[in-house]
Amino acid sequence: MPQIAQLGEFYASQIFWLVVFFGLAFFIVGRGMVPKVMDTVAHRDKQISDDFAAAEQARREADVQEEAWRARENARRAEAQGVIAEARSKAALATEGRLAETQRGLDAKIAAAEARIAEALAAASAEIENVATDAARDVVARVAGIAVDDGAARVAVKEKLAHG
Amino acid sequence: MAAEAGKVDPMHQFTIEPLFGTEGWQLAGYHIPFTNSALWMALASLLMLVFVAGGMKRQLVPGRWQMAVESFTGFIDGLLAANVGPAGKKYVPYMFTLFMFILFANFLGLLPLGVVGLHAFTFTSHFSATGVLAVVTFAIVIIVGFAKHGFHFFSLFVPHGTPLVMIPLIFCVELISFLVRPFSLGLRLFVAMMAGHVLLEVLSSFVISTGNANIGLFAIAGLPSFVLMVGICALELLVAGIQAYVFALLTCVYLNDAENLH
Repeated sequence: MPQIAQLGEFYASQIFWLVVFFGLAFFIVGRGMVPKVMDTVAHRDKQISDDFAAAEQARREADVQEEAWRARENARRAEAQGVIAEARSKAALATEGRLAETQRGLDAKIAAAEARIAEALAAASAEIENVATDAARDVVARVAGIAVDDGAARVAVKEKLAHG
Repeated sequence: MAAEAGKVDPMHQFTIEPLFGTEGWQLAGYHIPFTNSALWMALASLLMLVFVAGGMKRQLVPGRWQMAVESFTGFIDGLLAANVGPAGKKYVPYMFTLFMFILFANFLGLLPLGVVGLHAFTFTSHFSATGVLAVVTFAIVIIVGFAKHGFHFFSLFVPHGTPLVMIPLIFCVELISFLVRPFSLGLRLFVAMMAGHVLLEVLSSFVISTGNANIGLFAIAGLPSFVLMVGICALELLVAGIQAYVFALLTCVYLNDAENLH
């Protein structure tokens, strides 16, 4: 077993060179390089977490903005609804006014027409009366030979017309 | 590899040999030749360096290589976070080096370099190497433990709710179990790596010797051994990863004792 058989001869060499090379590896690789590699990893992890935080922040901001936009939009919509309602009521009022005016015009026209009808009726009845008076006077003059004056005839006719 | 003609010595693969004429190297009276073991330690370190350096582009969106390196650092970071907690962050450089060093050492030792005439050497199959790693870990645990908690660190050996009369006995038992840790840590890795390599070598010796003997013997013993070797190679790849993980995990657990007591 060379491990034991050669121990006396080579133990110092084994220890010496192991310490030399392990020491070199420790100081160059372990102390010199590994911390830099770990730094890179830590830096990357930090960057990733920072990016995540930034994304989270941006998302929250977007949420806030969206909320504000929604509120603004709701206000505008309500405003628009108000404008529409106002316009509608105004239009309704105007329509009503015009309708009433037209109604009034129509009423006046109807009243005038009725007055004209009544007038025509009165004129017609006066004409009938005149004609009847003339006819009655003529009839009386012709039949009885009595000259009835216009006033008496008219009274008689009126009496007759009133009683039917 | 063959100790004698037609015979395979399964332990020969663990032999340490000085390379490049460095047998005579001395430092403060100690004999420190640059051996094949040291060469593979250097290769493991170099490979780790290349691997991590390839992931140093520091891009925000990582490429495949950077992703691989980052998944390893993330794995070690997660292991420490789960076992030690926030205080474990400062051990990431040590834990990463330890885990990757053992992982690359184990995998490099399994490379089929024999096909091209080179010999892979697994220095983690030597307790003189794994022992150093275990002792370093144990030393860190003790230093951190006493620096952070002072003599209160000894309360580690007295679990909560121990009856008063039992304290001396429990203290001794816990102390022994604590002191055994560096041995179990180092020996576990060494034994696991050595066992796998010996098993592969023994099976390959069956294949070679039965192949040399006659076709009938090869059919009943050599061929099944070969098939088994393929499976065990896959198992060894798994063991290489698991042993590195176990070493790192146990180091984490021990560091947790030192950091947080219990």
